[in-house]
Amino acid sequence: MTGAVDSTAPRAGTPRARTPHAPTPHTPKAHRARTRLLRWSPLAPATVLLLLFLAGPIGYCVYIAFTDTQLTGQESASFVGLANFRHAFGDPAFLNAVVLTLVFTVISSILGQNTLGLALAGLMRRASRPVRSLTGAMVITAWVLPEIVAGFLLYTFFERRGTLNALLGWLHLPAQNWLFTLPILAVSFANVWRGTAFSMLIYSAALSEIPQEITESAQVDGAGGLRRLWHITLPMIRRSIGTNLMLNTLQTLSVFGLIWAMTRGGPGNRSQTLPVFMYDQAFLKSLIGYGTAVALLLLLVGAVFSVVYLRLMREEV
Amino acid sequence: MRPTAPLILLAAAVVAAGTLTACGSGSGSDGNTVKIAFIKDTNSKVTVRDDYIRLVAKQFEKDNPGKKVRLVPIQASENDYYTKIQQMMRSPRTAPDLVYEDTFLVNSDIKAGLLRPLDPYIGKWDDWRQFEPAARAAARGQDGKTYGVPDGTDTRGLWFNKKIFKKVGLPADWRPRTWDEVLDAARTIKKKVPGVIPLNVFTGKGAGEAAVMQGFEMLLYGTGESQLYDPGSKKWVTGTKGFKDSLTFIDTVYKEKLGPEVSDALSPNIQTNVAAELLPEEKLAIDLDGSWLGQQWQKTGGGNPWPEWSTTLGQAPFPTQHGTPPGKVSLAGGWTWSVPQRSQQPDLAWKLIQTFQSRQNALEWCVRGAQIAVRKDVAADPRYLKSVPGIGFFTGLVKISQYRPALPAYPKVAAAIGEAMEAVTADDSSPDEAAKDYDAALKSLVDGKTVAKP
Repeated sequence: MTGAVDSTAPRAGTPRARTPHAPTPHTPKAHRARTRLLRWSPLAPATVLLLLFLAGPIGYCVYIAFTDTQLTGQESASFVGLANFRHAFGDPAFLNAVVLTLVFTVISSILGQNTLGLALAGLMRRASRPVRSLTGAMVITAWVLPEIVAGFLLYTFFERRGTLNALLGWLHLPAQNWLFTLPILAVSFANVWRGTAFSMLIYSAALSEIPQEITESAQVDGAGGLRRLWHITLPMIRRSIGTNLMLNTLQTLSVFGLIWAMTRGGPGNRSQTLPVFMYDQAFLKSLIGYGTAVALLLLLVGAVFSVVYLRLMREEV
Repeated sequence: MRPTAPLILLAAAVVAAGTLTACGSGSGSDGNTVKIAFIKDTNSKVTVRDDYIRLVAKQFEKDNPGKKVRLVPIQASENDYYTKIQQMMRSPRTAPDLVYEDTFLVNSDIKAGLLRPLDPYIGKWDDWRQFEPAARAAARGQDGKTYGVPDGTDTRGLWFNKKIFKKVGLPADWRPRTWDEVLDAARTIKKKVPGVIPLNVFTGKGAGEAAVMQGFEMLLYGTGESQLYDPGSKKWVTGTKGFKDSLTFIDTVYKEKLGPEVSDALSPNIQTNVAAELLPEEKLAIDLDGSWLGQQWQKTGGGNPWPEWSTTLGQAPFPTQHGTPPGKVSLAGGWTWSVPQRSQQPDLAWKLIQTFQSRQNALEWCVRGAQIAVRKDVAADPRYLKSVPGIGFFTGLVKISQYRPALPAYPKVAAAIGEAMEAVTADDSSPDEAAKDYDAALKSLVDGKTVAKP
């Protein structure tokens, strides 16, 4: 609900100008202030809009997280302090959702989309032109599909009477029922299917930036493919890896439609990641206040990931 | 920054401001339009309610020249529908003038101040005396005011396929007296007719209130008095044997594979599946379901007509656990027409309610919608009594039907019951564990207003 917007919003809302500290004579100072104001004035509408439509809802969201607002069943809401957050940390369903979110993110984003994207980008550089265009088109189509459409497609793919089992039956392999037995794995695969294109595009760009001479000289020095990958390619695209991981992770953390369409967080709560849990609490149990508090905690999880990646990117390069 | 950049930004801002603000203004309320929100079946082919509402709307527009009815059909599962209308009713910009409310939810919405008391209108309406006393209380708030006019009620029981029963040697006038007899019949069918699902009991979170009411409460209310809510102490009940026994019944159905495949049973589409596929294709032998089931198999249902249903399917009351008197259980629910607090056209909305609930239109709806009549004159009408087979049977159940606790906290409690059912069905917990989890959840849901019962 809020996750996707929140991550970029605070930065957009901060004022751009920095205040100089050096004492200056009166007139130039006033002059400079006026110039600054004049320079900012074309941006004024944008700033106002940002404050109104981005900062406003976020502020409102933070406020609601500290109240016991309900969708129905209660006349008025009151301020309850940290009660929602205390409730969350004592709620086994919340902790289950945190664990599932981490599992989902690690499997589908970090291991799946990221690695597969890099592999595809690497392979496509060597592939012939028709193969390259065909693969690229297919992968990107999966990415361009709206989330809910992808969700239903993959539901029909994994479903007990779905495409995958028809294929498995044709090959005389045992059938699966992952949507029921291992739903978190099914939705993770779905997310890999859908999101790999993004990583592939980023890595394709990054790989084409590596100077040919360096790779060639390593080759002349007798470095094999694996060593070239480890000592040349990966260090040189380190920054892209960081950026890609960060964007992927933040996107994956807030995936809702895909999981909702495929499993609704079930069965039981075996695929109830934080966004689904948040929706369930806020809109099905009508506890808007609590759901919003969970949304803020999700934001926190995203922030932790971002800080880790930012540190990784800063080192050594 | 390039010198042209601010210009571009400004232009973008202006465009954005224009488009963004435009979408917020004008809700189409011109004093002559009345907006009516109702639930549309997730199966697009089923248009029984849409058709009926369109019919009444046309009549209303003819009787009130210059007035327009705008239909706001919301195509969603029941849970999503409740959420949607609650959100719509929170703002005067989006609030419909007339809303179709499940009696399950109406008390919660009354408490939240989302609905408008209708007493001033009802006081001047002669037809109100035609409504059964229980129906008049269906949308009565704790403040004693009336917040909705019911358009019918419903009862619940067992539907069974007489052809399959004949094959396994079960009687066509089957009347199980205990839970065990129901299970035994299912076991017989499982043994003798492979490929047929013996017994469907809705369960889990996917089916929503259908699972809680048609499934769980039909069981629970047959285990003894006040197993859910104790009206004496005004507290919710925890730790009862009845609760655990009911979960055990669900557990038995799904563990012995007497029910649909678990992953299908827990899917949100199971209700549509049962009514549109499993029963008409004769792949399901016994179904614990509502009195309205026939509505979409009729000509006016808009779905796949299944004329043979009236001879193929039989009905039986659902028994109490051990056959204790009165020997059968049914729960009654239904929907009401209510006017949101933030409606812009309450007077017009009331006029529309009157049109809906005129004798003629109420009869039309009861016949089309396979509803149990709440107006005495409709209930006695020969056209109603002859409308569908079984209507006499289900109308007869009204006498013994019980109601869900009409309290604001009920929807939350029902959600917790759905979770307990899902945990048992998916085999995540034993019935005892699930009952214990429910007790713990209940305490926080109703602010500790619980009482333990053996």
